[in-house]
Amino acid sequence: MPEGEVVFARPAALEDTPTHYCPGCTHGIIHRLIGEVIDELGIREITVGIAPVGCAVLAYHYFNFDTVEAAHGRAPAVATGIKRVSPENVVFTYQGDGDLAAIGTAEIVHAANRGENITVVFVNNAVFGMTGGQMAPTTLPGQVTTSTPTGRDVKVDGYPVKVAEILAQTTGAAYIARRTVTQPKYVRSCKKAIKTAFKTQLAGLGFALVEVLSTCSTNWGMSPMEALRWLDENMIPYYPLGDYKVIDEVKALP
Amino acid sequence: MPTIVIDEDRCKGCQLCTTVCPKDLVTMAENFNAKGYHPAKLEDPEGECTGCTMCALMCPDVAITVYR
Repeated sequence: MPEGEVVFARPAALEDTPTHYCPGCTHGIIHRLIGEVIDELGIREITVGIAPVGCAVLAYHYFNFDTVEAAHGRAPAVATGIKRVSPENVVFTYQGDGDLAAIGTAEIVHAANRGENITVVFVNNAVFGMTGGQMAPTTLPGQVTTSTPTGRDVKVDGYPVKVAEILAQTTGAAYIARRTVTQPKYVRSCKKAIKTAFKTQLAGLGFALVEVLSTCSTNWGMSPMEALRWLDENMIPYYPLGDYKVIDEVKALP
Repeated sequence: MPTIVIDEDRCKGCQLCTTVCPKDLVTMAENFNAKGYHPAKLEDPEGECTGCTMCALMCPDVAITVYR
């Protein structure tokens, strides 16, 4: 054990369990950021997470607080129920693009529009990861997946869904932002956004969502390092990072 | 002295930590770990590590602890 002060270690809100994620999968970074934010806000004992269907389906093994598994895409509906019955709890959903932007589109749009006082962490990796790399609603034009072997043809498959932009139009949303975790500076910025999303709920200001652009090196057919660069060069131009809706009360949060 | 400790058996050898070290002190080991990956290792004979936490920030498996 080296001398000196520990300045970086596993947050208490993360279990010691090794994750099942592929090497280099940025789910692990996003899990850690949520854990750090929950520790820093001191809300571990009152937090309830909602796990999705998708690669993060086993998230309840990794978070060290109560977690409920929802049916595919229904995490915002489950979160709504828990938050309304038990408003003293901090309730958040953790959802991928296959869960939130495909089968769960209706749930998320209405939860946002109702201004439901929940937090959503939306992980967008432009592909259906768990089922073998098929095209997702968020797959980029021309992107090769197992179900679009010659690249996504927008004439046939339509255009990628820009979740942050769409939800920013809903009246009830309080905080909508898009971040990524491909570089240390982006990781820091992403953590800040996730913290703001939780603070929004703690202040009772309404619906908060952070979309996190994520990699899927296995299904993109790249090394983890290549996947980070591919995200920077291809996903960020289509899905620009930034704050899409921040109401004045959220801006005024300490 | 600032340094990092890598939990070798937790590492999946993804290399995300290796490119962000400002001093290029994190490299991949020759040996295999219990999972069958080449784990990341710190090579810092001169004690150059500043404990900046960049490598730990990028580690998806929270395998790195930073001391300062």
